[in-house]
Amino acid sequence: MLAQRAAQQSLRRLAASQPSMLSQMVFRNTMAPLAVSSSVLARRPTSTSTIQTQKLTPADSYEILVAQRKNRPNSPHLQIYKWQITAVMSIMNRFTGSVLSAGFYVFGLSYLVSPLLGWSLDSASMAAAFAAWPVALKVLAKFAVAMPFTFHSFNGVRHLVWDMGKQFTNQQVIRTGLFTTGIATVSALALALFV
Amino acid sequence: MASLRKTSRLFAAARPAVRSNIRSSARGFASVQSSAVPPSPDPEAKTKTFHIYRWNPDEPTSKPRMQSYTLDLNKTGPMMLDALIRIKNEVDPTLTFRRSCREGICGSCAMNIDGVNTLACLCRIPTDTKQETKIYPLPHTYVVKDIVPDLTQFYKQYKSIKPYLQNSTPPPNGKEYLQSKEERKKLDGLYECILCACCSTSCPSYWWNSEEYLGPAVLMQSYRWLADSRDTKNEERKAQLDNSMSLYRCHTILNCSRTCPKGLNPGLAIAEIKKEMAF
Repeated sequence: MLAQRAAQQSLRRLAASQPSMLSQMVFRNTMAPLAVSSSVLARRPTSTSTIQTQKLTPADSYEILVAQRKNRPNSPHLQIYKWQITAVMSIMNRFTGSVLSAGFYVFGLSYLVSPLLGWSLDSASMAAAFAAWPVALKVLAKFAVAMPFTFHSFNGVRHLVWDMGKQFTNQQVIRTGLFTTGIATVSALALALFV
Repeated sequence: MASLRKTSRLFAAARPAVRSNIRSSARGFASVQSSAVPPSPDPEAKTKTFHIYRWNPDEPTSKPRMQSYTLDLNKTGPMMLDALIRIKNEVDPTLTFRRSCREGICGSCAMNIDGVNTLACLCRIPTDTKQETKIYPLPHTYVVKDIVPDLTQFYKQYKSIKPYLQNSTPPPNGKEYLQSKEERKKLDGLYECILCACCSTSCPSYWWNSEEYLGPAVLMQSYRWLADSRDTKNEERKAQLDNSMSLYRCHTILNCSRTCPKGLNPGLAIAEIKKEMAF
């Protein structure tokens, strides 16, 4: 190591005193392998450089970037992302909310126009019509209405808890999600069977 | 030094052979690929298949495709990034991905692995060899090449929240703004974000509204400055968020907190902003 450092120092001193000599040395060092390879490749046609370069202004390169961006595909999203309880509960909340409000509007509007169209949508006739259904169908229909209602209600409470800044860790989110689904299903079944 | 010199003399004899090797291998990458045929099937080998999203901007008319690679897990490091690097080094040098620190602090290798956004360097390869791994770029981003996404919009949004200390009054002691331990503690869990964009690109709301909705990562950084006791531009910061799109496109889906490879909670930070805006 000492020898190496000494050699380095003497080289530096030489460079400081006679810069021309050092540049000659460097030149000689780099030329040697070049000479070898050129003798090997002597038969081949020589070309100075195969790499084409292009001078671009910032505006030009921006245009190239814009053109490139037009080609870029959008990466896959919904179809590849794993279905986790977080997104599933959210989409179910949106779905049940839509079902409930759509049901509300459809029934409300039908009730509004029923006298004009001669439909009998008053409570007594609807109850009579429903009573005539077989039991299984009655339970199924009641569950189909009750489940969106209970799910949306209990998940609404879950959202209120979140709005207070609570229950935000991953474990808590999973736990409250499972709990909400469970309690919504049980209460919907109770509504369908016993009410 | 002496021993070194001896070995160099030993190698000198073999040098011509080495040179000819170098020359033949300089033909190109194609030869590397064809010579990578497994020599003999190893009975101990734990081969696992990786399906990786490929798209090359040099062929803009061709559609993105999935390419399969098979690796022996016994010869691969434990992390997904090890597998990707090994594929690039030994099987297919055209595979393109971002990586830098390999220890979860730079955020370069964020990608969608087996359906969940994470950092490849922090994601262990599942040892179950029957299960095939799928790797995609971050969801709903424009693809620059293979699994490299264009994050221009993400960084633009980050810039828009002015992520720096804003305080027009000079510090009382003439040197620096001091904080109590409690005030400093409010920044824990916020400042550690490395802006890998895993959370933002896991958010369905951000997928559909990334032009205007800021997304979980940027909102968490927004809260990082709202929560900072030294920052005096709270009202301006809040006014900037007070519209239907910037903040309130968050529907508390919480894919963000679920996916954060750093274990942070952007969902909670957004809830705290909403609370501050409400009261």
